[in-house]
Amino acid sequence: MKYFIKKLISMAATLLVVSFLVFLAFAVIPGDPATAKLGTEATPARVEALREEMGLNRPIPVRFAAWLGGLLQGDMGTSYSYSMPVTDMVAEKIPVTLTLTLMAFAMMVLLSIPLGLYTAKHEGGTADHVVSVINQIIMAVPPFFSGILITLLFGLILHLFTPGGYVSYTKSITGFLGYLFFPALAIALPKAAMAVKLLRSSIVQEMRQDYARTAYSRGNSTRNVMYRHLLKNAMIPVVTFLGMALADMIAGSIIIEQVFNIPGLGRILLTSISNRDYPVVEAIIVLLAFLIIFINFLVDFIYKKIDPRIRVQ
Amino acid sequence: MKTKTLKRFLLTLVCTTLTIALSACSGDKAGENSSQITIGIPQDMEDSLDPHKAVAAGTEEVLFNLYEGLVKPDSSGELQPAVASDYRISEDAAAYTFTLRDGVKFHDGSPVTAEDVKYSIDRCADTTNGDPLVAAYSHIQSVNILDEKTIEVVLDGPDTDFLAYMTNAVIPASNEHPDTNPIGTGPYKYVSRSPQENFVIEKFDDYWGTPANIEHVTFKVCANTDSIVMDLNGGSIDMFARVTTAQADQLGDNYQVLEGTMNLVQALYLNNAAEPFTDERVRQALCYAVDPQGVMDMISEGKGTAIGSSMFPAFGKYYMPELADMYDVNLDKARELLKEAGYENGFSFTITVPSNYQQHIDTAQVLVEQLKKIGVNADISLIEWDSWLSEVYADRNYQATVVGVDASALTPSALLSRFVSTAGNNFINFNNADYDAAYAKALASIEDDEKTAAFKECETLLAQHAANVYIQDLPYLVALNKKYAGYEFYPLYVQDISKLYIVEE
Repeated sequence: MKYFIKKLISMAATLLVVSFLVFLAFAVIPGDPATAKLGTEATPARVEALREEMGLNRPIPVRFAAWLGGLLQGDMGTSYSYSMPVTDMVAEKIPVTLTLTLMAFAMMVLLSIPLGLYTAKHEGGTADHVVSVINQIIMAVPPFFSGILITLLFGLILHLFTPGGYVSYTKSITGFLGYLFFPALAIALPKAAMAVKLLRSSIVQEMRQDYARTAYSRGNSTRNVMYRHLLKNAMIPVVTFLGMALADMIAGSIIIEQVFNIPGLGRILLTSISNRDYPVVEAIIVLLAFLIIFINFLVDFIYKKIDPRIRVQ
Repeated sequence: MKTKTLKRFLLTLVCTTLTIALSACSGDKAGENSSQITIGIPQDMEDSLDPHKAVAAGTEEVLFNLYEGLVKPDSSGELQPAVASDYRISEDAAAYTFTLRDGVKFHDGSPVTAEDVKYSIDRCADTTNGDPLVAAYSHIQSVNILDEKTIEVVLDGPDTDFLAYMTNAVIPASNEHPDTNPIGTGPYKYVSRSPQENFVIEKFDDYWGTPANIEHVTFKVCANTDSIVMDLNGGSIDMFARVTTAQADQLGDNYQVLEGTMNLVQALYLNNAAEPFTDERVRQALCYAVDPQGVMDMISEGKGTAIGSSMFPAFGKYYMPELADMYDVNLDKARELLKEAGYENGFSFTITVPSNYQQHIDTAQVLVEQLKKIGVNADISLIEWDSWLSEVYADRNYQATVVGVDASALTPSALLSRFVSTAGNNFINFNNADYDAAYAKALASIEDDEKTAAFKECETLLAQHAANVYIQDLPYLVALNKKYAGYEFYPLYVQDISKLYIVEE
């Protein structure tokens, strides 16, 4: 219980710092939301009137306090560019980015764990060598580039999906998931490659431990030793990695959204930054920070589940 | 045993994901029976859906389908009666009387009343927020409802150009949120929007004029310009305006590429108040060194129209093609002028270019090469559009920039008013007494010949004094799927979707 409270406080403090930093960043970078909105029609008087309307003439601490007050009541303000509540905008786009991330995560787990186990079991075999070469290549290719390659191969050559043919989840769930399949693959591949390598080396290392030898001497088959004794121990570094990878994927999806023309949180975030649409940027960054902190929190708990010797403190 | 279950579970999961993915690939075309088109747009409409507050050309060209003014331009640039069925201009051109058309309805079904018209004009003329929304409306003295079908706009002086500003949208006075709930009288009505995703409109059945042909229209945001060819060839969009020549070459056989002009004045705009451009001879030297045809050859396979002043061909009688020849490339003359100005060894300067306009970046790169020949070293500084607006356009803190300036209305003053020395949007700090006089004369004259002559004098002065290094009116290529036809070019920033139709096969 005490742990919970401590964790919550540190979480809130992190979010507070993050959101204040965003506020500060916007105060420092050039450009102004009022001139951005008025474009070439901006005259000093109109800019001034709009700044007043947007509440930009107040000092930063006052604006920050007002924003924080709104947030606590569930109101994240109104987008300057779209004149709609930020909550609505973000709520509409969260499913896109979250689905993409979770799909990528599922793919990573589904690809890496069986492969990791297999290569560890057949250490030094042909399959192990082949996988490890492929791994090296995939790890070296950043997701945005593999995204382009995937578009080229599956989209333009094999015609398995229409590039740019994103279908909104409100229109068709299958179409939506279908379109996200390849972008998710692009995100998942390099992470899966790393996970395979990590799991393999982790298992191989455990295999050389005394307890593994003991398990063998008690007449267990390799299979039994691996699944019942080694895996639990070998999983601990892997879980850490998976947690980190998930957090990374949320950020990675922002880039992949650009490559595959997916209108998710990342797209909104980038355009809002260039339009100086502060309320939207604030909301999305705080949300992303929250998700990442939350994932770390989950990882801590999963540790405890796997290995009761680890005491959460 | 346990592992078997796990394996089986994993296998099922993989299979289901794959099935979903593959089944989706067959694609689901929405609205198979009713006609529809998906049009790619390079950016979302981030300024406003409120027609009076929208400022970006990209927004206005889409909103053209939703809104109409008392009059509206046709594809030849002539003003046609729209919400008004008729208009009368008083002899001194200081009062405009409009008769409202019978049976014009807003998209919410309510009829257009004289009050709505008055509200729309007053709203744009309102000065409580500093300046009026439409600068030209500062000349409005009063808007009077004469009877329920007649409305009179009285100006503070003669202005024969004023009708062009009556294209400004008529909106219902009852609509409290025009920025999120756009209601107009145009051939299409608003359905929905999703930020950075799309903007959906559909045919308005009660439209007073020639109805639209295509029922459902989706404007899809294609922010990634590199993937536009892929989107077109893959079929996720049917049309994209302003493709580059390189993109057009990559399109499949099912596409037609229509060619027009962009109706922009692309120039190397020079800050006339910044050294060394304060010296007219330096500006002229640059003009002699720059070869617009060379620019066009490099960036658009020679397409485009060289221009010599702030006016483009779509303006018909106001356009002076001869000005493009005023500074034929003459490097000796350019060096001589530089020498006279005391820059015998050339100089260096910075061209600030907004990073979101590839065609302007490309142009700037060619210019850098051309200017090297007379010993002038230019370097390019790319900045975000937003920073361009505040630093270059508003604060005028720059030396030179390459952009295209468009006309907000089809009157020469839309292009020429900014060079009056006191104009708030005179971002090049052009300051010339003769110009100010000629411009004032043009505005004051009622006689058309006199007016045209005065505007032409303005154009000539801009060229003579080398206000800027004028380059071209950019080529405008529209990629349209061969399933559709009927695209019309306008001399303004307009995408008239109502004219498009589906070709019967």
